[in-house]
Amino acid sequence: MPAELHDVDALRSLLGSEAQLLEVLPEQEYEEEHLPGAVNISLKKLTPAALDTLDRTRPVVVYCWDDA
Amino acid sequence: MSPRAAWRLEAEGFREVYDFVPGKVAWLAAGLPTEGTGPHYAVAGEVASPEVPTCSFDSRTAAARERMERAGSSYCVVVNDAGIILGRVRARDLGTGDAPVRDVMQPGPATVRPTAELKPLVARMHKANVTTILVASEKGRLLGVVDRSRAEALLRDPPIGRPLL
Repeated sequence: MPAELHDVDALRSLLGSEAQLLEVLPEQEYEEEHLPGAVNISLKKLTPAALDTLDRTRPVVVYCWDDA
Repeated sequence: MSPRAAWRLEAEGFREVYDFVPGKVAWLAAGLPTEGTGPHYAVAGEVASPEVPTCSFDSRTAAARERMERAGSSYCVVVNDAGIILGRVRARDLGTGDAPVRDVMQPGPATVRPTAELKPLVARMHKANVTTILVASEKGRLLGVVDRSRAEALLRDPPIGRPLL
């Protein structure tokens, strides 16, 4: 079950280790502005092949625009 | 959107998956740096100052007056022990005596969330002729105050060298 991070400090702490950061918004929104070091695979493009670009053995933090 | 993506990753065999629930806008509201080639989405949180004079519901106006004078402020935010905003007391409402703050405070001052988009917020402040607005969490905890002139300065001159949205 995916764990939830509810504040920025918790995220920063996790990123300080070896976590990967994944933005799942559309590409244009990612290109305009994203969190430092994040990679982009939009929700509609989360295919096994696309996910092969990530390391399955390392933690992954997923985010979108807000909590809506 | 991110919860579904997190579950999808787990289904694909990722062992340790986290969903950063507040999302990109919360990062922006914390005033943290971003990357990208587009305009910066400015939000209230990144210009909010945490330096706000506060007083408790049970305090007296003499103490509130002293805090306002020390802070150079025309108001004091009334909060409870958890930092939840209960009201606001203005210097002009204090009078000369020493009354309970609860008797002179205005309940329910206007607040915005730290994720509120800055440009329309400043426009609304102009229209309402207000110079400051409190920033609160979704549970009503005081986070800071947006000063309109400071926000306008950011909109005029973005500090990160990128245009604002």
